[in-house]
Amino acid sequence: MAKKEVDAISGVETTGHEWDGLKELNNPLPRWWVLTFYICIAWSIVYWVLMPAWPLVSDYTHGIRNHSQRTVVAEEVAALEAARAGNAAALVDADLQTIKSSQDLLQFAMANGRAAFGDNCAPCHGTGATGFTGYPNLNDDEWLWGGTLDDISQTIHYGIRSGHDEARTGDMLAFGRDELLDRDQIRDVASYVVSLSGGSPAEGADIANGETVFADNCAACHGEDAKGMQELGAPNLTDNIWLYGGSIETVMETITNGRGGVMPAWTGRLDEATIKSLAVYVHSLGGGQ
Amino acid sequence: MKPMPPTDNQDAQGAVDAPLYVARKKVYPQSVRGTFRTLKWTFMALALGVYYLLPFVRWDRGPNAPDQAVLVDFPNRRFYFFFIEIWPQEVYYLTGLLIMAAMVLFLMNALAGRVWCGYMCPQTVWTDLFYAVERLIEGDRRDRMILDKQGWTLNKVGERVTKHALWLLIAWWTGGAWVLYFSDAPTLVGQLLRGQAPFSAYLWIGILTATTYVFAGHMREQVCVYMCPWPRIQAALTDEWALNVTYRHDRGEPRMSVKEAKKVEAAGDRAGDCIDCLQCVAVCPTGIDIRDGAQLECIQCGLCIDACNRIMDKVGRPRGLIAYDNDMNMARREEGKAEVYRPIRSRTLIYAGIIVFVAGLMAVTLFNRTTAGIAVIHDRNPLFVTLQNGSIRNGYTARLINKELQPRHYAISVEGIDGAWVEAVGVPPDLNGHPIVAVRPDTTQEVRLLVHTPAGSDLAESTPITFRIRDVKTGEEDTVSDNFKAPAK
Repeated sequence: MAKKEVDAISGVETTGHEWDGLKELNNPLPRWWVLTFYICIAWSIVYWVLMPAWPLVSDYTHGIRNHSQRTVVAEEVAALEAARAGNAAALVDADLQTIKSSQDLLQFAMANGRAAFGDNCAPCHGTGATGFTGYPNLNDDEWLWGGTLDDISQTIHYGIRSGHDEARTGDMLAFGRDELLDRDQIRDVASYVVSLSGGSPAEGADIANGETVFADNCAACHGEDAKGMQELGAPNLTDNIWLYGGSIETVMETITNGRGGVMPAWTGRLDEATIKSLAVYVHSLGGGQ
Repeated sequence: MKPMPPTDNQDAQGAVDAPLYVARKKVYPQSVRGTFRTLKWTFMALALGVYYLLPFVRWDRGPNAPDQAVLVDFPNRRFYFFFIEIWPQEVYYLTGLLIMAAMVLFLMNALAGRVWCGYMCPQTVWTDLFYAVERLIEGDRRDRMILDKQGWTLNKVGERVTKHALWLLIAWWTGGAWVLYFSDAPTLVGQLLRGQAPFSAYLWIGILTATTYVFAGHMREQVCVYMCPWPRIQAALTDEWALNVTYRHDRGEPRMSVKEAKKVEAAGDRAGDCIDCLQCVAVCPTGIDIRDGAQLECIQCGLCIDACNRIMDKVGRPRGLIAYDNDMNMARREEGKAEVYRPIRSRTLIYAGIIVFVAGLMAVTLFNRTTAGIAVIHDRNPLFVTLQNGSIRNGYTARLINKELQPRHYAISVEGIDGAWVEAVGVPPDLNGHPIVAVRPDTTQEVRLLVHTPAGSDLAESTPITFRIRDVKTGEEDTVSDNFKAPAK
């Protein structure tokens, strides 16, 4: 190390570093700064002892507090569930109509239902429950399987064509593929169906023949007035709401190949309070009957 | 660290070469009696009395609200002040109060200088209190100076321990009173006595004990001189008319002892009234010499006026060598003109006008405060729903506000589209088809609203509509505007 050099003007030792004749004074750090620095070092040692700090080959030092973010999250989730337990138990005990007419239960069920809907139902029905082609819009007043609280609850519990014993089932046959109707008949009946809600029929279609074909093949499920039958999940064909689309091409495709959407059964996957919340939430979207 | 070599403040080139940090010169204010001291004691008693006792004042609001006269209820998000109750969204009352506070400060400043600093500022009040304790335990100025210089004796240790213990007790009481404004005072006092109070109470008592003890016991005038912005702002606000604690140098100079003054006057020359007794310096809580003129450190507490008046009485000269005055009058006296005081001038009138205006505005809004309210948010997804018969429905989330301490019922209706009607989820409609929603006292109620339009309505993509609530008992109403969305044509 070089000999200590003292700056003549200030009387302070220099570091020996020089830039264009300017020398750096070796002033000590402010005492508060040094103290803070040492306190930080002392604190870091305390931290190593208390908290997880050092990675090991297949593990890490846990520290005497054995702190873990996972445990913290688990505790917070448990605390949240405990906080909700009272309301959740009340939901399980109350019937759906009571929930709907009680301000407090309704508010809890709606909040709970909104969250559960986003987690479980939104992938098919959309975050706003507006559905997609083949997945019904739950906001409107058309219900394939019934729109009362109990109907909705039943659908959520057991699903549609889900394989559950209690599942709702009903078949829209593939009239074309299975050669139950020929192409002209399909064109005629599709044109008849589309005309019921004011749509434009196919060119050259015989709507009177279509009505006959309908009465012979479709009325059994969709009803003579084509207003559908909820026991079988047969939709009303006279309104403006179409699950797969209301154009003549789509209706012909539906008649040719049949339809059969699937909804899973949620009983066993979601607890009773959650299913009730979902039923109330869906019912409250506006279309509930 | 080596000490800086002794140099003059400035070298030949004018560069300042002095330490950046000047060690504090400890101030030992001497006790004094007089008008301003009495005023300060009176104000201290009032201010501290209000501060420590106000949380215990009760105010009956009925069964649905706390009965503490002044309460900041954070958990329930309410502020209570006697007959006034404020919700968080009404925080503009606080803005009004702050505007008024600023204007009152400006007005005081335009009339009589730093009235706030000298008599009302918490820093002044608590520092004054801590000095009083110090004087009680360790004696007056001279005793304290001697005590500081002497070595540690049993007596000194005893006095120091007693002083700091008393300071801490006052500081703790200060912090303790503070938390009482945020919770039911008698309950919290009970909890504190049993050691069952919430952690935040202890934390805040701890913080305020520390700040009071440090600010009033140790930092004292340094808070005013180094930390506080007000002395700086004050300098920009004062004008030539404002009265300030002033040493009337026209009368005082040349200063000399009484004996010398006799000699000078015998020789036919003029002697000033100031006898250079330094009493004004001895009593000063910020340790300055008022005779140097207006200065940032001066909090204008008037204690030097008291000290000087007593001396003037003793030497048989008229009082008021130090007094509330201004430079302009000093200049006028020197020129032999009459003094002019003008407390009513455009500046003070404007400040007073603003105070009256803001106070009036606040009073008007406060007495016309609506207690029923509605806010709505349109559903974002879906914007609208087409029903089987082709009619369109929109969904909204509404929050109904009841600021009264009684439960209320609101009838909800919608206007703006012919034949449109509103349904509230889970709420049966009344005979007129309007849903009636119950809202509990002093709270809000969320409700989902569905607005239906008749099938075949000719609707634009977006139509303005208005929701109206009406208290079914009192008829009080509130409305909120939103839009009704329909498919593009």
